[in-house]
Amino acid sequence: MIMIKLFAAMAEEAGEETIELPWMEGMSTADVKKWLGERYPMLAPHIPAAMVAVNQEFANVEETLRDGDEVAFLPPVSGG
Amino acid sequence: MKLFEIIEEAIPVEQVMNKVVHPNCGAVNLFVGTVRELTKGKRTLYLEYAAYKEMAESQLTRIGQEIKEKCPDARIAITHRIGRLAISDIAVVIAVATPHRADSYEYSRYAIERIKEIVPIWKKEHWEDGEAWIGDQKETRAYPTGKPDMGGHES
Repeated sequence: MIMIKLFAAMAEEAGEETIELPWMEGMSTADVKKWLGERYPMLAPHIPAAMVAVNQEFANVEETLRDGDEVAFLPPVSGG
Repeated sequence: MKLFEIIEEAIPVEQVMNKVVHPNCGAVNLFVGTVRELTKGKRTLYLEYAAYKEMAESQLTRIGQEIKEKCPDARIAITHRIGRLAISDIAVVIAVATPHRADSYEYSRYAIERIKEIVPIWKKEHWEDGEAWIGDQKETRAYPTGKPDMGGHES
């Protein structure tokens, strides 16, 4: 199982803050992006601008995942 | 005592400062970020901050480490508030103590700029005529490598 976490506008538009995606061998962050965009079309415009974090660390553009990973989509930040 | 915190209540400014006060430090610079009512003539009614809390705290800790690398004697504490904030409420307090004052100014500035780059906190502006999540304050919407610069800035 991959736990997808959404924030800010993405969470509002999807109506969910966490989404579970069944694990498949060899899955990468690119697969998660593709799945999310297809399953939640309203998120597709946000996905290219969002950074991806795996287990709370910024991930590279494409990163291989392990079962149980937490994949977060982070819109550009604006703290402060 | 947590030096780097995301909280949902009013920030106790003096407590944040007291975390860094030290006999070896002759300067404490406090940066206090507050909610602004007018932005380019547009009136904000209130703000809502949201965070990816665990990651935000670890990223704040990372900023503290970056400053320590540049100035080993510096002592840093940062508290950011999330939830609904009214005009003039305090959103963030950064306390930097250093032996001499110039460093405390410099690294306070460094900390707020880095917060805007690498700490997952977002704010939603609520105006009289609408609302929007605001990101991209530094106009860094495109991250060519898919993530922000994690190496820390030269300063």
